[in-house]
Amino acid sequence: MSILIDKKTRVVVQGITGGEGTFHTQRMIEYGTNVVAGMTPGKGGTTHLGVPVFNTVADAVDQAGANAAAIFVPPFAAADAIMEAAAAGIPVVVCITEGIPTFDMIKAKAYLQTRPVSLIGPNTPGIISPGKCKIGIMPGHIHTQGSIGIISRSGTLTYEAVQQVSKVGFGQSTAVGIGGDPIVGMKYIDLLKLFKKDRDTEAVILIGEIGGTAEEEAAVYIKKEFNKPVVSFIAGQTAPPGRRMGHAGAIIAGGKGTAKEKMQALEEAGVFVAKSPADIGRKVKEALQKR
Amino acid sequence: MKIHEYQAKQILSQHGVAIPRGEVAETPDKVREIAAKIGPPVILKAQIHAGGRGKGGGIKVAQSVEEAKALAGKMIGMTLITHQTGPQGKAVKQLLVEEALGVAKELYLGIVIDRARECPVIMASTEGGVEIEKVAAEHPELIFKEWINPASGFAGFQARNLAFKLGLAGETFKQATKFLASLYRAFQATDASLAEINPLVVTSQGNVLALDAKMNFDDNAVPRHPDIQALRDLDEEEPLEVEASKYNLNYIKLDGNVGCMVNGAGLAMATMDIIKYSGGLPANFLDVGGGVTEEAVQNAFKILVSDKSVKAALINIFGGIVRCDMIASGIVKAAKELGTKIPIVVRLEGTNVELGKQILKESGLAFTPAASMKDAAKKVVGLAK
Repeated sequence: MSILIDKKTRVVVQGITGGEGTFHTQRMIEYGTNVVAGMTPGKGGTTHLGVPVFNTVADAVDQAGANAAAIFVPPFAAADAIMEAAAAGIPVVVCITEGIPTFDMIKAKAYLQTRPVSLIGPNTPGIISPGKCKIGIMPGHIHTQGSIGIISRSGTLTYEAVQQVSKVGFGQSTAVGIGGDPIVGMKYIDLLKLFKKDRDTEAVILIGEIGGTAEEEAAVYIKKEFNKPVVSFIAGQTAPPGRRMGHAGAIIAGGKGTAKEKMQALEEAGVFVAKSPADIGRKVKEALQKR
Repeated sequence: MKIHEYQAKQILSQHGVAIPRGEVAETPDKVREIAAKIGPPVILKAQIHAGGRGKGGGIKVAQSVEEAKALAGKMIGMTLITHQTGPQGKAVKQLLVEEALGVAKELYLGIVIDRARECPVIMASTEGGVEIEKVAAEHPELIFKEWINPASGFAGFQARNLAFKLGLAGETFKQATKFLASLYRAFQATDASLAEINPLVVTSQGNVLALDAKMNFDDNAVPRHPDIQALRDLDEEEPLEVEASKYNLNYIKLDGNVGCMVNGAGLAMATMDIIKYSGGLPANFLDVGGGVTEEAVQNAFKILVSDKSVKAALINIFGGIVRCDMIASGIVKAAKELGTKIPIVVRLEGTNVELGKQILKESGLAFTPAASMKDAAKKVVGLAK
């Protein structure tokens, strides 16, 4: 099993005709993802990469049966694209776009509140259930099918974790990037709830970073309700306060959001916390042996 | 993005926020002229992007126009050191000259984005003039908050709630509610990430004004506000960071001597962390972007090695679908062009990794290859010593 996406997932790519959209749609198709539609306003009726292109997401749902969306549109249009996907009734929306203004995301999330949609991102590498479906920009070939769930705010650091996990002999059930922005769709807790129910997930890796309190909130949930081993690494232990470390959301503001606070909260919740990013794979092995 | 106090006050004033009468000046003569226009006593405030100016000698009162000019002569060009500038301080180029107000009360107002609740939050406190973090730690009961619904906006009753909690009444109460509404309007209209009035003063006549003002903006939104983009003051930023921003690279200068260049922000932070874990200190944060290009690698390399405190550098690229041979040739080109003598440890992962390693090996340059992050960190820390 896996969470959110599998062999039955039918993807519409919003912004399929753009440079990024074209490049990554090709990679997704190569991986075996069932890309059933593209969407670019004004290009409806054409085909791109052998995929039919529609003017609206609603058309892609009606005429191609899309049930997931991948968003590759420029930052100032991306919040609108998220709302369009939700309005069309798409249950899983993955927004890859980096650089969306915070106020746009605040409005988009308020719009999503009354709709049954799982938003992943923005500013994410996406989501992959190895061997089944990939919606995003991550290198498919480093992933292997297996029993470890991964939730991360980062991109390349997640690839690093995936590789370490594979080296110690474990694959992934689903790996999800929740995004590096201050306001994102699904958070750690939303995904932990899904991994809890997923029979094929034996343990979860939670990769966090400085800024905000999402890791602390996850720690509270893990302590109370999560029954599988969790391994964590928090990036930014050496980050200076008040500086934005690449990701819009990675900032220690007013002395809050430090790696130390997050690591402490997770440790108190019984999470196996790796102090060095090189120890993630080893910690997973340790966590599963102690179970 | 940060701006100066006088710029924040201009923006706030455009949205109806009450500010003291004042103007900005770059010369003592101009300061004298403004002081004469306003009428002494006047306040001279050094304009730098850092707090704690008063304690560092960056805020002075002048009782006469001549004193204003004399003080300005000392202040303009001075290096102001505060707890936020670092030991090197910041050069003062401009002074804000303002009317001196008879202050009856000092209050606090701030607007930020509450990430957990996913909306803006307005905070008000009776404890103005001190750092809000200190109030939050010692007297959290004295900070009053109203969260703003993104659809309905900042409601009138919310402004009244805050003004009542601040203990205001009568004409002062009315001015405060108008002030609050205007402040939020400015925050939203400019895509701000912070609007802070500390202190917000009630004058002896009962008027409500922004004695100090600070605004930061959402970097992602700045491109759609050209007027705000134009307020960026490059002199307030680290020169290498300015250079890096020209190439859209995320670079932050730090205190250590181990340089690093990484693709992806999370991995870049993790690389800094593992350098520290291995006994070294990172000289910088440098993210060349997840989908790194050959050009980005070359530009980043130049920035990295132009920091004189760097004794050894670690290049950590987890390419995935990015081709390692392309990254390797970018590194080789940049290293040859710059003729750098700094020892460089390279860790590459991704498509064509063997080809990439071969290019580095055949370049004739002394790169140290590393098999993993741990190996790379150990090697680079050793070389920096």
